[in-house]
Amino acid sequence: MKNKEFEVEKLETHIPGFDWISNGGLPKDRSTLLSGTAGSAKTVFVTQFLVEGITKHGEKGVFVTFEESPDEIRKNMKSFGWDIRKYEKEGTWAFVDASPQPEVEVVEAGFYDMGGLLARIEHAIKKIGATMVSLDSLGAFFSQFSDRATVRREIFRITYALRKMSVTSVITAERTEEHGVIARFGVEEFVADNVVILRNVLEAERRRRTIEILKYRGTVHQKGEYPFTIMPGEGIIIIPLSAIELKQKSSDVRITSGCLELDNMCSGGFYRDSIILVSGATGTGKTLMVTHFMAGGANKNEKCLIFAFEESREQLFRNAIGWGVDYEKMEKEGKLLVVCEYPETASLEDHLIKMKKVIDSYKPNRIAVDSLSALERVSTLRSFREFVISITSFIKHQEVAGLFTSTTPTLLGGTSITETHISTITDSIILLRYVELYGETRRGITVLKMRGSTHDKEIREFQIDHSGMHIGNPFRNVVGILTGNPVQISSAEVHRTAELFKDR
Amino acid sequence: MGKYVLKLYITGKTPKSERAIANLKNICEIELQNQYEMIIVDVLERPQLAEDEKILATPTLIKEIPPPLRRIIGDLSDTEKVLLGLDLQPTFKHKQGESNEK
Repeated sequence: MKNKEFEVEKLETHIPGFDWISNGGLPKDRSTLLSGTAGSAKTVFVTQFLVEGITKHGEKGVFVTFEESPDEIRKNMKSFGWDIRKYEKEGTWAFVDASPQPEVEVVEAGFYDMGGLLARIEHAIKKIGATMVSLDSLGAFFSQFSDRATVRREIFRITYALRKMSVTSVITAERTEEHGVIARFGVEEFVADNVVILRNVLEAERRRRTIEILKYRGTVHQKGEYPFTIMPGEGIIIIPLSAIELKQKSSDVRITSGCLELDNMCSGGFYRDSIILVSGATGTGKTLMVTHFMAGGANKNEKCLIFAFEESREQLFRNAIGWGVDYEKMEKEGKLLVVCEYPETASLEDHLIKMKKVIDSYKPNRIAVDSLSALERVSTLRSFREFVISITSFIKHQEVAGLFTSTTPTLLGGTSITETHISTITDSIILLRYVELYGETRRGITVLKMRGSTHDKEIREFQIDHSGMHIGNPFRNVVGILTGNPVQISSAEVHRTAELFKDR
Repeated sequence: MGKYVLKLYITGKTPKSERAIANLKNICEIELQNQYEMIIVDVLERPQLAEDEKILATPTLIKEIPPPLRRIIGDLSDTEKVLLGLDLQPTFKHKQGESNEK
């Protein structure tokens, strides 16, 4: 049985995502070691820890800097919208400047300790009534003195004193490789209670930032690495992938796909909170499905949102007109928002954050992403999988309908990596395929899967004209469409096969 | 020879502090006779002064005058280093400073 008073209390950090992966924040009144290679955003993290505490809780913080001068930190952190000078004036922030002073020559002559530094930290804490302390970084502290044993012992003394004063602290340390010893100088041995690691790994020519809580003594946390990104004006945003809880309500309200025949194939339309994947080769009509989906929503006075990663705004609008849909009018009526972006402009993590923000502010009823596979080419497989899981779960939480398109690499049949990752989390899958018959290419559509509903299992032919998609009759005497190898069979054979399953 | 202004920052009345004071007095008596001014600052009592001077290690001896500004950290038991830090050539034979930590 667990006793309440032995449980480690936690201090909410308000760093987006961190409180979730840490089950509540940083261990209160304790020191946490934050270790990472050069450029892994350690300084951003410790600064944000203080800033969020000051702005969200009315707490106060002391920043002990061993590396950059306070002026450099004030300047560098401005880009995140953090006005440190303002906090200093308000008396919620104090610097203890322990950065090297290259203009003064230092001679070591005998035994020393860090009593001066400790007195200054204690003084700063008392002066403003701080409850949070950031120390950045131990590597730079060590490099100022030749006697490492003394520095080590003194760091232990400082953390002990901080604990006595009931302040929550984060201490940064350097590591030389992403997967190796926790930190240089063996610092983890004396600031050992809690260890958080920031990584900045080069993977397939792309940088991928992750955060991992290695240990939290006496308390629980989420295990493993979580991707994070750094946004101007905001700082660190952690993307808690497993934060996806399958607790969204399930709706049995049907919405239209924008195409009557398709609604009929789906027994009356998509569910209101479902994720639909439309897969097909280039030119099979995926963007058209998106257009129908949007027009169908706008007709019912729903707010629609398109994330376009393949075509420009002008192209999309022109295409829609070609199918009898007026995007411009929809936009004027406030029923449509089109967000066009080249996949290459940002990392996948940044795209994710941006998309979430747009969804949050626009609050659409239906969302289309055209196409998911365009995003695939700017990322590693792993990031892409995390992205897909994250965006689908986010959309599901909003209880809106999402339609994603995915381009298959081959013209006939085939699957893409996108599908492999997304198929199990989507509720419906619609396949669009080219069918080669009598020397011409025709188009086929089938509903492969529709969770919680019956659906038409036939592969139907469809045509595209100036008013959009028209779904017709099933291909009766063709087999092998989905595998990309259509073969015509004689009607006698069809008849014979049908006879096989007849009840005798 | 110009006058020396020396500031010694210590943390309380610890053995290390006492040793630093004794060592410094000893060196100054021998090398500088009356040509020096010695100021002792206890950072536990005046932490703001330590903040202004950006003191990390204690004891720290700051040679303010004559220039260049120089810091000597430690209990000043290494006489040669202290003299080097103060830009002094040893004139007399010094007895080695007291050093018996731990």
